[in-house]
Amino acid sequence: MIRQVRTIGFLALSVMFTCFFHAVFAGDITGAGATFPYPVYAKWAEAYKAKTGISLNYQSIGSGGGIKQIEANTVDFGASDMPLKVEELQKDGLVQWPMVMGGVVPVVNIAGIKKGELKLTGEVLANIYLGTIKKWNDPAIVKINESLKLPDQDIAVVHRSDGSGTTFLFTNYLAKVSKDWMDKAGSNTSVEWPTGIGGKGNEGVANFTAQTPGAIGYVEYAYALQNKLAYTMMANHEGKFVSPLSASFQTAAENADWANAPGFYLVLTDQPGANSWPITGASFILMHKEQAHPDRAKTALTFFSWCFANGSKMAEKLDYIPIPGSVVKIVKSVWLKEIKGKDGNAVYTAE
Amino acid sequence: MKPDPSVLLRRRIVNYCMLVLFTLAIFISIGALTAILWKLSFSGLKAFSPDVFLKSTPAPGSSGGLLNAILGSVILIVTAMVAAIPLGVLAGTYLAEYGRTSRLGDVIRFCNDILLSAPSIVIGLFIYGIIVLPSKHFSAWAGAASLCLIAIPVIVRTSEDMLRLVPNSLREAGVALGCPYWKMIVKIGWKSARPGIITGIILALARISGETAPLLFTSLNNQFTTLSMNVPISSLPIVIFQFAMSPYKDWQNLAWAGAFLITITVLGLSIFARQMLSPKRRS
Amino acid sequence: MVPASGVDKVPAPNEDAEDFHLPSGLHFEGPFKILTRLSAILIIGVMAGIFLLLVLESVPVFHKFGFSFITASSWNPVSNKFGALASIVGTLATSFIAVLFGVPLALGSALFLNELCPFKLRSPLSTMIELLAAIPSIIYGMWGLFVMVPIMSHFIQPAMIKHCGHIPYVGGLFQGPPFGIGTLTAGLILSVMILPFIASVSLQAFATVPASLREAAYGTGANVWEVCRTVLIPFTKASLIGAIMLGLGRALGETMAVTFVIGNAHRLSVSLLAPGTTISATLANEFAEAFGDTYISSLLALGLILFLITFVILMITRMLFLYDKRRIPV
Repeated sequence: MIRQVRTIGFLALSVMFTCFFHAVFAGDITGAGATFPYPVYAKWAEAYKAKTGISLNYQSIGSGGGIKQIEANTVDFGASDMPLKVEELQKDGLVQWPMVMGGVVPVVNIAGIKKGELKLTGEVLANIYLGTIKKWNDPAIVKINESLKLPDQDIAVVHRSDGSGTTFLFTNYLAKVSKDWMDKAGSNTSVEWPTGIGGKGNEGVANFTAQTPGAIGYVEYAYALQNKLAYTMMANHEGKFVSPLSASFQTAAENADWANAPGFYLVLTDQPGANSWPITGASFILMHKEQAHPDRAKTALTFFSWCFANGSKMAEKLDYIPIPGSVVKIVKSVWLKEIKGKDGNAVYTAE
Repeated sequence: MKPDPSVLLRRRIVNYCMLVLFTLAIFISIGALTAILWKLSFSGLKAFSPDVFLKSTPAPGSSGGLLNAILGSVILIVTAMVAAIPLGVLAGTYLAEYGRTSRLGDVIRFCNDILLSAPSIVIGLFIYGIIVLPSKHFSAWAGAASLCLIAIPVIVRTSEDMLRLVPNSLREAGVALGCPYWKMIVKIGWKSARPGIITGIILALARISGETAPLLFTSLNNQFTTLSMNVPISSLPIVIFQFAMSPYKDWQNLAWAGAFLITITVLGLSIFARQMLSPKRRS
Repeated sequence: MVPASGVDKVPAPNEDAEDFHLPSGLHFEGPFKILTRLSAILIIGVMAGIFLLLVLESVPVFHKFGFSFITASSWNPVSNKFGALASIVGTLATSFIAVLFGVPLALGSALFLNELCPFKLRSPLSTMIELLAAIPSIIYGMWGLFVMVPIMSHFIQPAMIKHCGHIPYVGGLFQGPPFGIGTLTAGLILSVMILPFIASVSLQAFATVPASLREAAYGTGANVWEVCRTVLIPFTKASLIGAIMLGLGRALGETMAVTFVIGNAHRLSVSLLAPGTTISATLANEFAEAFGDTYISSLLALGLILFLITFVILMITRMLFLYDKRRIPV
C-alpha cells in the first residue's frame, strides 16, 4: 500500500515538475535567419539582456531559413539579406525594413599572401567560381597581381551550402559583372554552383577556407576580421581597386535611396563611387503585418528601436554600417502604420 | 608420400601474411579508438573550466559556457525517458507474455526491429510532420518526442529479451498458487527481470544522449537558458554541431568540452550496461 | 478413502468457508492486457505513420518530376527543380567505401580476437571494440573534421593525386584539389563507425563454431589461416553476411559523421576526392530552412528513398539471421 502511494506520488511529482517548467517561464522572443548580421545581432541581444533582462533568441540558419520560418509563423521575426519584392511581401502579409549594412568580401588561404594583397576583378572572380580558372597562377590572375608570387596550386572554391542572403549579394554582383555567370548560375539565395564545396553559414565558409590550402570563399566582413582571414581587394564600378573597410562600405551605402524604395527593396552591389566597395548590402528584418501576439511583437519592436538608438557603436566596432537616422524615422513610421494587432491598433508605441 | 616443401613454404608464408594482417586490423581498430579518445580528452579537458557549467552559450568573441545546452539536454532526455520507459516496458511485456506466438506479436517485433535500425533523421522528419508543422513552432516537446521514439525500440527489445529469460517454471508456480496472470507478470516476471530491464533502459539512455540528427528540426536551438518546453531549447549535441563548424576558437573549444562531456556520459553508461548485461545473457 | 490421521483439518470448498476468497486484482486482468497491447500496437502505429507521412508528402514530387526525380542530378532550389541522383549516389558511394574498408578491419579484428589473442587480453580488447560503437556519431564527425581532414588534405590526398592520378581508367578517381573534405574521407570515417558492429557480431558468430570442428581442422595440420578459411568463415557465413548488412544499414543512415566532412556539393563527380552529398547530409543541412512546398516535399521524398533503402537492407539482414535462428543484435 505504501509502495503504491510512493510510486503514485513520485509520478505526480514528475508531472507537476514538467508543467511547472512550462507555466512559469514564458517563451523568449525568437527570431531566425541570416548569418550575415549574426555577430552584431548576437552582441546587441547580449547587451539588451544585460540591460533589461529580456532574452532575444536569434538562430542564424541562413536567409532562406529566416524567410521560411517567418512565413510559417514559427518565429516572431525573420532576418534576410535578400530583400523580398513587394509582391512577395503582400502575398504573405509581411513587412520588411533594413536593420544594418555590411560588406561581403572574398577571402583566400594562399601561403604567403596576406590580407589586402591579392587583387581580383569581378570577371576573374566569376570565372574562378565558374571553374574556368582552376589554378592560382592562371594568367588572368597573374596579370592583375604582377607584384605577387602566386603558386601553382589548385583553387579550392568554397561556397554556401544553405540558403543565404550573403550568397544572394555575392551572386547578384557576379551576375552584374559577368554574363557567363548570369547565364550559368544566376542570382539567388541558393544557386547551382558549378564547382566547389559548401559550408553551412558564414561560419562554415570561413572555417573551410581557413582549413583548406589554396581556398577561396566569400564571407561577411565581420567574419573575415574575427577569424583573421586574408581578404582580397576588388575592382569596383569605376575600375579602381579598393580594400574592404567601413569607409568603402559607407561610400557604397551613401547612394542608397531608401526613401523612394517601395518595401525598402534595395540592392547595393556594384554602386558608383571611386571608393565604393562593390559587394555591399543591407540585412533586413521581416515581421507579419497582422500580429497574433501583439505583446511579443511590441517587445521585439522595442528591442529593434533600442538597437537603432544605442547599437551603432557596437555595430561599427564590428565594421557594420548602421542605418542612417533619417531612414530610421521612415522605418518607425512604417511600424506604426503597418504592424497591427487583431484589433487594428498599432502594436508599436513610440517612446 | 613426402609433402612438397614448396607447398609447405607457400602455406606458411600465406599464413604469416594473413596473421600479420589480422594483427594490423586490430591495431588499426584499437588505434582509432585511442586516437579519438585521446583527441577528445586532450582538447576537451583543455577547454574545461567551472564556467562551462555556470554560463550560457556565448556570442562569438565572448566567453561563456554550456549551461543552457547541458540543462536542455537533461530536460529533453528526462522527458523522453519518462514517456519511453512505461511504453517500452509495457510493449516488451506484451511481446514476451501475451504475444509470444501470435501473429500480432510477430508483426510488432518486425516493426520494432525496423524502428531500431532506422536512420534517426527519418524519426526527426516524422516528428516534424506531426508536431512541429501543426503547432507551427519548434519546441522542446517535439525534441523530446523524437528522442522518445528512438528510445522505445531499444527498451522494448531488451525488456522482451529479459522477460523471456525468466524460467517458465517460476511463472507456472505463481499461477498455480492462484495469482492472477497480470499480477504474476508484475510481481514475478518484472521482479526477476528487473536488472536486465534497467540495463536496457540505461542502454536506451546512452543511445539518446548522443543523438543529434532528430533534434535538428524539432527542438532547434536556443542562445539562452530556458526552462519552457514550448519553445526551442538548447541541447549539447546541437550546440556542438553549431560550434564545431564555426571558425571561432572559443566556440570550438566549448564544442570539444561538450563532446568530452557527452562521450564520458555515454561511454560510462554503456560500459556499465554491457557489464551488467553479459553475465546475465550467458546464464 | 480414509484420510491419514494428520490431515483431518482440510477445509471443504463450500460456501460456508469464510476464509476462502478470490485473489485480489482479478478485475485488473483485462485492462492490463489491453494496456500492454496498446503500447505494443503503438510501435506499429509509429512505423505506419512514418511510412504514410513520407509517402503522402512525396506523392506531389513524383507527380511533378516523375521518375526523373531519381535520375536527375541537378538540385536547384531557385528554379524549383530537384533531382535526387547526387544524394543517392553519394549515400551509396560512402557506404560502399565504408564496407570496403570496414569489413576487412572488422573481420580481421574478430579473427584476431578469436584465434590469436592471448586469453587475458580478449575481454578488454573486445570491450574496447564495443566502445567504438558507443561513441556518439557527432564525435566521429568532429574528429573527422579536425583530425582526419587535415591529414587527408596535407598528406594522403596530395600523394594520391601525384601517384594515382595518372593511371589510365582509375586515375579519374583521384583527381582534383586536395580539399581533405569529400566522399573518400566520409567513407573512411564511416568504416571506423561500422567496424565495431560487424566485429562484435562476427565474434559472437565465431564463438558458436563447435570446438570439435576447429580442433579437427588443427588436428589435420591446418595452420591458423587455413582453419579460418575452411572452417570458421564457411560455418558462420550467414551470420557474417548478416553482420555486414547490419553495418551497411548503419552506414546508409548515418547523418552527423558524414555531414561534417562530405562537402555538401550536389554534383556528381567521378573523383573520390571531390565533395559530394548523401541523403542524410542533405536533409540535415537543408531541412531547417527549406521553403516552398516543392522543396520540402523533395526533401521528404529523399527521406522516403532513404527509409526504403534501409528497409530493404534490414529485410535481407533479418532473413539471414532468421536462417541462423537468431535475432538481429541490438
